[in-house]
Amino acid sequence: MSISTFKKGVHPPYNKQLSQSKQIATIDQPEEITIPLQQHIGAPLKPVVEKGEEVKRGQLLADTDSFVAAPVHASLAGKVTAIEKVPSPQGGRVLAIKIDPAEEQKNDFFAASEKEPEDIAPDKIRQAVRKAGIVGMGGAMFPTHVKLSVPEDKEIDTLIINGAECEPYLTIDHRLMLEKSEKIVTGLRFLMRATGAERGIIGIEDNKPDAIKALKSATANFTDITVEITETKYPQGGEKMLIKALLDREVPVGGLPLDVGIVVNNVATAIAVAAAVNEGKPLIDRGLTITGEGINNPGNYQVPIGTPVAKIIEAAGGFTGEPGKVILGGPMMGQAQASIDVPVIKGTSGVLVLPKDKLESYSPAPCINCARCVDICPMSLVPTRLEKMAQKENLDLLEEFQVMNCIECGSCSYICPAQRPLVHYIRIGKAAVTARNKSEQGG
Amino acid sequence: MQSQDLVVTSSPHIREKTSVAEIMWTVSLSLLPVMLVATYVFGWRALVIIATSVVSCLLTEYIFLKIRNKEVTLTDGSAVVTGILLALTMPPEMPLWVVVIAAVVAITLGKQVFGGLGYNPFNPALVGRAFVTAAYPVLITTFTFDGQTAATPLNLKMMEGEMTAYWDLFIGNVPGSLGETSAFFVLLGAAILIYKGYLNWRIPAGMVSTVFILTWVLGHNPVFHLLAGSLLIGAFYYATDMVTTPVTALGRWIFGIGAGIFVVIIRLYGGYPEGVMYSILLMNMTVPLINKFTRPRSLGEVK
Repeated sequence: MSISTFKKGVHPPYNKQLSQSKQIATIDQPEEITIPLQQHIGAPLKPVVEKGEEVKRGQLLADTDSFVAAPVHASLAGKVTAIEKVPSPQGGRVLAIKIDPAEEQKNDFFAASEKEPEDIAPDKIRQAVRKAGIVGMGGAMFPTHVKLSVPEDKEIDTLIINGAECEPYLTIDHRLMLEKSEKIVTGLRFLMRATGAERGIIGIEDNKPDAIKALKSATANFTDITVEITETKYPQGGEKMLIKALLDREVPVGGLPLDVGIVVNNVATAIAVAAAVNEGKPLIDRGLTITGEGINNPGNYQVPIGTPVAKIIEAAGGFTGEPGKVILGGPMMGQAQASIDVPVIKGTSGVLVLPKDKLESYSPAPCINCARCVDICPMSLVPTRLEKMAQKENLDLLEEFQVMNCIECGSCSYICPAQRPLVHYIRIGKAAVTARNKSEQGG
Repeated sequence: MQSQDLVVTSSPHIREKTSVAEIMWTVSLSLLPVMLVATYVFGWRALVIIATSVVSCLLTEYIFLKIRNKEVTLTDGSAVVTGILLALTMPPEMPLWVVVIAAVVAITLGKQVFGGLGYNPFNPALVGRAFVTAAYPVLITTFTFDGQTAATPLNLKMMEGEMTAYWDLFIGNVPGSLGETSAFFVLLGAAILIYKGYLNWRIPAGMVSTVFILTWVLGHNPVFHLLAGSLLIGAFYYATDMVTTPVTALGRWIFGIGAGIFVVIIRLYGGYPEGVMYSILLMNMTVPLINKFTRPRSLGEVK
């Protein structure tokens, strides 16, 4: 079996042994859930319920007529106690609906279909995905039905399921592949049907041999689906890296995978799609990993969307000592939180707790041109120069040096011996270029 | 718990452990075999020159950082590397006061006037050496060997047409500057750095192969030109100074090949028997331009 990969990249310590053998468990019903209305990339939603209203589990809470958006639903039945702005796990404050969960949980799912994927119209699948409010659950949170709506001038030949899980510490995708392999395959078949893709590929890093085995047996009866092994290397799970590794195609700068005939979905997203079509179930819960040296019992949990992070920390036995950082996502791209009261959202793949006594403070030294960042940048950019251009706000040079092609994987900052915050400055540079181009278009 | 106790910084939240200091100290340690063989061949005076150079570089760096009101960063090891590299360009009988002057010039004009570590365009050790070559041309070309004044292999070849045995060149049993004698021990140290990933192999590969091929094509002895003089130590240690060399893979090839061409021009058609130092300094000048024009093709980019 050949092992494919992309050029460059880094090998951070993976630390997956903390939680990879722990079965996905459930937690006690939280005392309150908070559903932010912005859990997707796209147009804002408007609430369709009012304060004081009783809602059922799965009931629509907020929606919009815009195409690029994903509605949100009640993840638990109960009473709407407030519609107000709350701190967002993505930073800033967002409008959210708070629910006081009821003891008795009644479901309000939409119409389900027991049919085989081949017997359902592609449009019906897309409608179910839109209705269920499914977004990319690997963290990007782009509305999935938009990805599945292929423009007329494009043709999709391959649907890739991303099971690389290259972020250190995180193991939820690994567990899902072991425990819900059949559902992943069902979801993949719906996704193939919806996009017209003739073949499906499940890409998994070679550090998860049991997941590879499970999915190989789950796909044994499908000649159009294969399981491919990729090298364990960060950021192998980046969409563009995975496409390069599996099919040797390059997504054009500023383009999308569909420009090269591909749609990529995360394993959790595939499961959500299967649940939406087969059970009429909206995206109201998700699996995540809670881990890190700062947590007593690292593990994997299935939790309702809107569960406070504090509740999951409690379920995992609490902090080992004084926590230093609480990160939503993995250590390479995750977001450090100022408070543990923020809710889990559709894109939350993990809660990583690093203890205070193990936090290192970094004092950047001058760049010595060692070029380690250049040698490992998976997008073949020149991070050391981009950093300087961003500091000098030289927007023309930034664009010439393809700053917008940066996927913000953080490998450059990780590898820098001078401990320079390279990707931090590059993000600032990207934002400045985007802002300028917008204002030029507007004016 | 108090939520304000949590540290909030942007990702990534983990870092690889290698530091600038670790790189610099590893480079220094990898030069240990070369320094030891210099001591063996030239006697204790080699060690005195190295010690004088290192201490002078550290002192100059300290004074300058104090004057500039900057944090004193002697532990980053960069001044030590400069001190060792500078000493290795000196002949064994070089008066110590000249070594001190060379060190002061290397650190001040070669490094601190540009803003210190990371900002200098020229290899500081070679700036010091170039100054001495210009100011004390006789002292820098007076070599003693076994207690007698002797000509270097390149000089012998240029003036008398006389060849030195390959084995003596390889093992270092020849007159010359402290560091330019033994090909074997230079390669040993460089191998360690390449293994650790602290040395851009493309630069020495480009430089050495260019000299080899060009001298061969032009009807000279390529093996002699490869082993004699400071080509190997220059290619592996001076031409690979990270601060003063290109950051792109293609740029490193261009830098190495360019330096190799200059070496051949100076050695075969110039007034000096040796041209490694000037060839590297000349290529240092081209680094900003090389970096600008060798930007790699980004993934998905159609050039």
